[in-house]
Amino acid sequence: MLLIHCPYCDDTLPELEFSYAGEAHIARPADPSKLSDEEWRDFLFIRTNVKGVHAERWRHINGCGRFFNALRDTVSDRFLTTYKAGEARPDTTTLEAAE
Amino acid sequence: MNAPVTSFDAVSVSVLPPVARFNLRIAPADLATVSKAFGLTLPTKIGQGEQNGDRAAYCIGPDEWLLHAAEADQQAIVAAFNAVREKTPHSLVVISDRELTISVTGPAALDLLSVACPLDLSRMANGSAKRTVFDYAQVVLIRDGEDAFRIEVWRSFFPHVHGLLEIAARELAIGL
Repeated sequence: MLLIHCPYCDDTLPELEFSYAGEAHIARPADPSKLSDEEWRDFLFIRTNVKGVHAERWRHINGCGRFFNALRDTVSDRFLTTYKAGEARPDTTTLEAAE
Repeated sequence: MNAPVTSFDAVSVSVLPPVARFNLRIAPADLATVSKAFGLTLPTKIGQGEQNGDRAAYCIGPDEWLLHAAEADQQAIVAAFNAVREKTPHSLVVISDRELTISVTGPAALDLLSVACPLDLSRMANGSAKRTVFDYAQVVLIRDGEDAFRIEVWRSFFPHVHGLLEIAARELAIGL
């Protein structure tokens, strides 16, 4: 079972308490009616689908209930770090150097 | 409700009498005001609990608290919070009838709970509380002592959670 660190609870807890919520840092367009169909399609459906470090949203649904962001390696399934919603994506190179 | 009790030397499972329960959502900056209204200093860190007589408060989210009190005090507490609502906006929801409390006590309490609870319970401090899962049912787990726990579970999940505990307690008692 994966252990995930919740930045709000400040505790590392089992995966069963969390639910996945898609890719992080996707901002909803301020004025959707100004977008072309293609741009709106990209916003709704097109994701990076990276092989490697992926920024994604998780929700501590069976715990504090908060959404937060995580950097996870999609190859090894290892969590590099988790951070509160609204914070900028941490620099991956410094994280890797720290290990 | 007549409390069904499954009691063995190693562990006993019983249903506790009803208490008044509240779910409080409030900005942490306003905690002092409602602490006065409730008559108990509310804890600030997620997981922490605070107890004084029959009043208890558990922090289960960054801005969410679970409050316990004697059943007879329910109306008075609602009134006390109403009196401070104008100055300190908050939401206080009475959830007394939403949940039932199951008590798990005995030397094998940790073994029994680990049947369906994924948490590392040995790391949980006495007097703390956590919202977690018990075999896919969301529960609030409260640790009262080294081998004394309470599980607060929604009514609709109660037959499942209590049934699992009973079966597992029997299995533990005969040494399976």
